[in-house]
Amino acid sequence: MSKAILFDLTKCTACRGCQVACKQWNEHKAEETSNQGSFENPKELSAETWLKMRFIETERNGKFDWLFLRRACLHCEEASCAVVCPVGAIFKTEDGFVHIDQEWCIGCGTCTQACPFHVPHIDHHAGLAMKCSACTSVGYNRLDAGLKPACVSTCPTGALTFGDRDELVSAGRAQVDKLKANGHPNAYLYGENELGGLHVMYVLDDSPSAVYGLPDDPKVATADVVGKWLSGLVTAGVLTALPFWLVFKRKQELAGGSGKKGGA
Amino acid sequence: MTNHWIDLRNSDCVFIIGSNAAENHPISFKWITQAKERGAKLISVDPRFTRTSSKADIYAPMRSGTDIAFIGGMINYVINDIEQNPANYNMEYITQYTNAALIIKSDFEFNNGLFGEIEQKEFNGAYTAASKSTWGYAGGNAPTADLTLKDPNCVFQLMKKHYSRYDAETVSKITGTPKEDFLRVCQAYAETGKKGKAGTICYAMGATQHTYGVQNIRGYAILQLLLANMGVAGGGINALRGTSNVQGSTDMCLLEHILPGYLNVPVEGDADLDSYLRRSAKHPASTVTPVGLAGDTSANWWQNARKYIVSLLKAWYGDAATAENEFGFHWLPKKKPGVNNTHIGLIEAIGTGIIKGLWVWGQNPAAGGPNANGAREALAKLDWMVSVDIWENETAIFWKRPGVDPASIKTEVFMLPACCSYEKEGSISNSGRWAQWRYKAVEPAGEAMPDLEIIADLMARIKKLYEADASAPGREGILNLTWDYEHVTADQIAREVNGYDLATGKLMASFAALKDDGTTSSGNWLYCNQYTEEAGNKCAARNPVDSHPQKIGLYSGWSWCWPVNRRIIYNRASVDLNGNPYDVQHPVVSWDSQGAKWVGDVPDGGWAPINVADAGAKVLPFIMKGEGVARIWGPGLAEGPLPEVYEPWESPLANNIMSGQKNNPCAFIGKWMNEQGTPDKYPYVCTTYRCTEHWQTGIMTRNLPWLNELMPDMYAEMDEELAEQKGINNGDKVVVSSARGEVNAVAVVTKRFKPLTVNGQTIHQIGLPWHWGYAGMKTGDSANRLTPHVGDANTTIPEYKTFLCSVRRVD
Repeated sequence: MSKAILFDLTKCTACRGCQVACKQWNEHKAEETSNQGSFENPKELSAETWLKMRFIETERNGKFDWLFLRRACLHCEEASCAVVCPVGAIFKTEDGFVHIDQEWCIGCGTCTQACPFHVPHIDHHAGLAMKCSACTSVGYNRLDAGLKPACVSTCPTGALTFGDRDELVSAGRAQVDKLKANGHPNAYLYGENELGGLHVMYVLDDSPSAVYGLPDDPKVATADVVGKWLSGLVTAGVLTALPFWLVFKRKQELAGGSGKKGGA
Repeated sequence: MTNHWIDLRNSDCVFIIGSNAAENHPISFKWITQAKERGAKLISVDPRFTRTSSKADIYAPMRSGTDIAFIGGMINYVINDIEQNPANYNMEYITQYTNAALIIKSDFEFNNGLFGEIEQKEFNGAYTAASKSTWGYAGGNAPTADLTLKDPNCVFQLMKKHYSRYDAETVSKITGTPKEDFLRVCQAYAETGKKGKAGTICYAMGATQHTYGVQNIRGYAILQLLLANMGVAGGGINALRGTSNVQGSTDMCLLEHILPGYLNVPVEGDADLDSYLRRSAKHPASTVTPVGLAGDTSANWWQNARKYIVSLLKAWYGDAATAENEFGFHWLPKKKPGVNNTHIGLIEAIGTGIIKGLWVWGQNPAAGGPNANGAREALAKLDWMVSVDIWENETAIFWKRPGVDPASIKTEVFMLPACCSYEKEGSISNSGRWAQWRYKAVEPAGEAMPDLEIIADLMARIKKLYEADASAPGREGILNLTWDYEHVTADQIAREVNGYDLATGKLMASFAALKDDGTTSSGNWLYCNQYTEEAGNKCAARNPVDSHPQKIGLYSGWSWCWPVNRRIIYNRASVDLNGNPYDVQHPVVSWDSQGAKWVGDVPDGGWAPINVADAGAKVLPFIMKGEGVARIWGPGLAEGPLPEVYEPWESPLANNIMSGQKNNPCAFIGKWMNEQGTPDKYPYVCTTYRCTEHWQTGIMTRNLPWLNELMPDMYAEMDEELAEQKGINNGDKVVVSSARGEVNAVAVVTKRFKPLTVNGQTIHQIGLPWHWGYAGMKTGDSANRLTPHVGDANTTIPEYKTFLCSVRRVD
């Protein structure tokens, strides 16, 4: 069954319990930060920060507003990162979440270039690409244990919900309809159809691109990215260091639908 | 809270003022969000647009410290609307359940901001006894009611006259709130006056931390009573308590003026138990029976206080407490009249050398108290100090703080490491009065001990010292104290707090059975019923089913709440004179006429409804008040029976726009290193608050790297116009100063603060979180280096929320 996380921005108070719960569950270190004139910190996602809240001050129709947007992997159905990953380290779980298998990842960074949302980041120390796994990381798989992702479990207001994607699409649509009827004509369920349907969807009270800086029509990365990556590798002279036949065999296996469930 | 957290979901309008609930009580928004889903409106009134405001349907900015003008204006709006559209209000509730109809003495006067004659004391002014006597009911203990509300001396008319001065233009002039925003708030909230509608007021320290904080809350009470919002589901006045167990610590007498269960502290001059109870107005003689209301009997529940104090004394002094020695009443320390032992009063007394030794227990005055620079200097006057805490906080290391030579400080400092909550067992009482039992999860780290074991051991040692010293003052009271705690447990204390029938040794079932003859004990009458023979420790109950017939979210089998597990207090005001609920969808209690009993929540007394009961037994609903009805008119406070607007101690205005009396004449004005700033040097209004990511002085949160990552530095929020004037860019380092000190901070320049127009003058406000200090993993300046040593007229809670400051960029 296809699962998803629904983020309803209209219910989020930016308490950032999700941000801390993510760090706690995944045992990520705190980053050294400084206040640069905003509540928002860290400034961007990183290998140690898989989820962060954005604080957006805006004026709409002469009325000031303060908006809080989740920033983490959106778990695309048509996931560019998985398409471009040269070693097949990125695959989708049965639930539909996009997972980077750290045993296979070579830290090449192609996924960081391909992602339309700039989500994955390289841990330069470990030489691995990192991003939100919807709590399906090996050894930390909450979903297998019947739990919700840590961010969802900790959310006090119900801004984050987890469940069957179909049901969450219905819930999201209903909320959007309600918003449209109450003075938010541009309300939108982001992720219902984008990139084949995202597994993290946003109920937005306004236009995704104009107010929230999200791409209106995100595109899947093409093999062109892989080509660039390959030429990069040649330049770097890494080719000899890798048992490539193994890598491409695995890619074929995964494409054949034998993708394993994360954490298995 | 008169209601409780879950009950917020039943509200039709949640009015948050003096609170930033979304940031400081994030879980409240679980229930508020549910109310909004049902169509409830959310109102946020705050000097600054907060995370709470971001979720509000209506946001109104206001100048910090002008709550009484704002609420007084709302009262004025509602009174006028009641007169024009009485059908939109619950007139039965207003006339029968409040003192709106009662007649006040004809010599009551209000002139130019004052309710009578003031005499000056050492730290504060006080109304003369003669003046205070004019605030009472005509007819003494049998005041008459004018149900038409037309008598010029009835409470309603006096209130109407008083607040007629608070018209929308004047309110806007004082508060800086745009008139149209103010009126939107009035209109939305007044709609909760309809029968079957409920509005709740959520407040916190933004309301209380003023020199007139108690009167701010009184304003809410008046408004809620006019709108019939007390006692009903989704209504009430809900204090969102600032720490997890502050409700419990207040119930158990953390404050200087109360004993457990809100019994008064005895004062010198209380010759015996009876005179103590009479002075406390907790005596049969304080019963007031209004004439002309449908109800004819005032329960005056506090007249039972003799049973509670005697049972308390039996819990404390055991067999030594006898009828002959008034159960040891005279062993209780008696307070000197006029001496102020609140936080500010103590620091004043330490600074001036009156107090020589100090236990600082889970407190951090060097960062969390007002005028922290003064507090730090005062601590150096002590001979000794003991810090009991889970961390080494600013107070514990005041002697080696930056810029101080430890050799110059003579104070001997002891540190006792205490357990954190996960390392000990016990109950905590949340804002909704729910006492919830918690279990120990892990063994304490190092030498840390539970507070209970520390105090048990400490007192045992003190007793030994007193035994050895026949000349020690107050020796009898110490030696007679029952202290048989060899291996003290929280369970043992919970039973003792509940109390025993001393003849049988069985636990008491409830406070209704406590006696004043020494045959029962109870460490806190309000908690009697928490631990019974039948049910055991009810605080540990965890039944997740809501057994209320209409499922209004009481969850009465989950933990236990005082009093006697009543989840919504004053609930007999939620029904009409026949016992039928005003809100049929969310009835708290209702009278089952066939079974002749109440169903729903535990009722505020089991008496039949007023129209059902026999003459002479028609009990009025507000049973804790001597007059049985709720007080729109409140003569018991220091500065008068109705809230009146005054300026904060430090105000940007030359005068009070409303009257010739600029400040609260009864406020406590400290003298210890407490310089008053003026607007020529300090032109901006400064306020302090907390953010979600840190807690109190930060001692529990600045030692957690994940939270430091989110909110790494002390910051100062200000509007864009002020920043431009001062050449400050977003993210610049700035110094914010007051007459008492300076702090360094990062400028957060934001549209969330807007300049306000106050009486034609532009007012800028600066906001500071108070979470930082020089102790811990991540340090920064304490905002309380700026705050003044002044306090509320009734409670001396410090005026943390409004003072004057200046700001400059650091190059």
